[in-house]
Amino acid sequence: MQSSAFMSRKEIIGFAILAALIFLVLPAVLDNFRLNLFGKYLTYAFVAVGLALCWGAGGILSLGQGVFFGLGGYCMAMFLKLEASTPENTAIQSTPGIPDFMDWNQLTELPWWWEPFYSLPLALLAVVAVPVMFAFVIGVAMFTRRVGGVYFAIITQAFAAIMTILIIGQQGYTGGVNGITDLRTLMGWDIRTDEAKTILYFVNGALLFAVLLIAQYVRKSKLGRLLIAMRDQEDRVRFSGYNVANFKIFIFCLGAAFAGIGGAMFTLQVGFMSPTLVGIVPSIEMVIFCAVGGRLSILGAVYGALLVNWAKTSLSESFPELWLLGLGGLFIAVVMFFPNGLAGVWSEKIEPRLLALFSKKKPDTSAPDGAPAE
Amino acid sequence: MNERFILKVEDLTVSFDGFKAVDHLSFYVEPNECRVIIGPNGAGKTTVLDLICGRTKATEGSVVFKNKELLSMREDQIVHAGVGRKFQTPSVYEDLTVFENLELSYPKGHGVFGALAFKRDEKVRARIKDIAETIFLADQLDEKAAFLSHGQKQWLEIGMLLIQDPQLLMLDEPVAGMSVAERKKTAELLNRIIQDRSVIVIEHDMGFVADIATRVTVLHQGKTLSEGTMERVQNDPKVVEVYLGH
Repeated sequence: MQSSAFMSRKEIIGFAILAALIFLVLPAVLDNFRLNLFGKYLTYAFVAVGLALCWGAGGILSLGQGVFFGLGGYCMAMFLKLEASTPENTAIQSTPGIPDFMDWNQLTELPWWWEPFYSLPLALLAVVAVPVMFAFVIGVAMFTRRVGGVYFAIITQAFAAIMTILIIGQQGYTGGVNGITDLRTLMGWDIRTDEAKTILYFVNGALLFAVLLIAQYVRKSKLGRLLIAMRDQEDRVRFSGYNVANFKIFIFCLGAAFAGIGGAMFTLQVGFMSPTLVGIVPSIEMVIFCAVGGRLSILGAVYGALLVNWAKTSLSESFPELWLLGLGGLFIAVVMFFPNGLAGVWSEKIEPRLLALFSKKKPDTSAPDGAPAE
Repeated sequence: MNERFILKVEDLTVSFDGFKAVDHLSFYVEPNECRVIIGPNGAGKTTVLDLICGRTKATEGSVVFKNKELLSMREDQIVHAGVGRKFQTPSVYEDLTVFENLELSYPKGHGVFGALAFKRDEKVRARIKDIAETIFLADQLDEKAAFLSHGQKQWLEIGMLLIQDPQLLMLDEPVAGMSVAERKKTAELLNRIIQDRSVIVIEHDMGFVADIATRVTVLHQGKTLSEGTMERVQNDPKVVEVYLGH
């Protein structure tokens, strides 16, 4: 009988390998600068895991996950910016005590909706709550009207464009095209030092695992099987007595919550948040991370985010103008030849061979560490 | 209220861009009745089922099931009221196992949080095993539905409805595309499951219809052409002309 256990043995091994990679291997082999880079890549993995649930399991393709990533990131950045903008630090401004970009834009007092971000608990709550509320409104508007498939994708893409335009246009309130920069401390703790960055890397990794465990729980619950059922036979689910829209809204909101946490961790590790992380291009990139990793696999999504970003950094250092073409080519190649991404290649090609190899002779070398990424 | 009928369809009309697929149709179904709807292609048979289960919105008329007006309800609410619907082409979840297919239809944990907290307890397992035996799939519980034959998929979908235990079961061509052996087995299955509920069946196979029908409604161009026992309908000259004649 099909097991309903939380994790199969294979999945436990998969989680363990990823944990070893993130918490042991990467910190051991990378210098501080590179480790911080990988920390940044891992913030995108939050989005990719959410997409693996929404898109991979539920068939809901969102091309606007950057919006939720950005909202989470901005919520965090607003708190940090307020902390950095003490009257002493901003004494040369015409209105000391407000963020510098507001002063440059002739604002003389803090807008009311910035006020809650003086409080860390409220800001942390907002990191999750704001993207979720936004996703909820979009979800109710779209899914109860049965907007789905490619139409939903296009509308979410439009939201990404609107959000970017809004942020850039409202320069005095949002920092405009530069975003919110010059973030310094978190409750007095300087986040710009190497030591802080290392700690944040581990916090980020731990949060990612919390998110992965939640995703695993959802996938293994009846709701996870319902998502697959809805993807394949939406009408049958509806006529089995389920309100399909509610399930879509839930999973879309969950993906948004994951993305928001990722965005906040991005702000903390990279030290700024800007509209370039919100728009259409980053939103599509996030879908590509998920597709490359394997949209049916939550662990694959993490590897996809790591690998594509690592390739992006390496390639765009040498051939900056070719990167976007390369990314597009990669996406087409994956969709055409490996529809289940790296996770599919691993489970269909590599794993059976490894198993065959191991069953023939005793393993003489160490375990294939991080092998799913190959 | 007249409690003689479990389902009352009155003046039901739907028009698609002026074309009336169902035109002021009225019929009544009694408890434990097996009503078969026959008629030529395009008569509006499937549309009638779509209207009752809420898949298509009616232009006018009323559908009252157990004193509840169905036309103003959402599809999932209609299901919870006790109406089950089988589609013409087998609609099963191909990526899930037979067990999981049946489990998703089990009438518990239908809200978002109910589904998250749903536990596969002994009661659920026992019921699924029970149903699987009824639909001849007890040995395929762990198989993915994609690997079932066409006939087995039809049975699985019937099983998914049985597990809901609806008081009104609507079946759209349940034996279409089946082999002779499968057809015989299905007739036996249907005869067993229609015992303690009302059933509306759309079917073309006249031998099969004669076998199961309490009463027959003949549809033609969205209207009732004839209604009554199989014998009466078969001898109705109007029916012979438009349907049975060819």
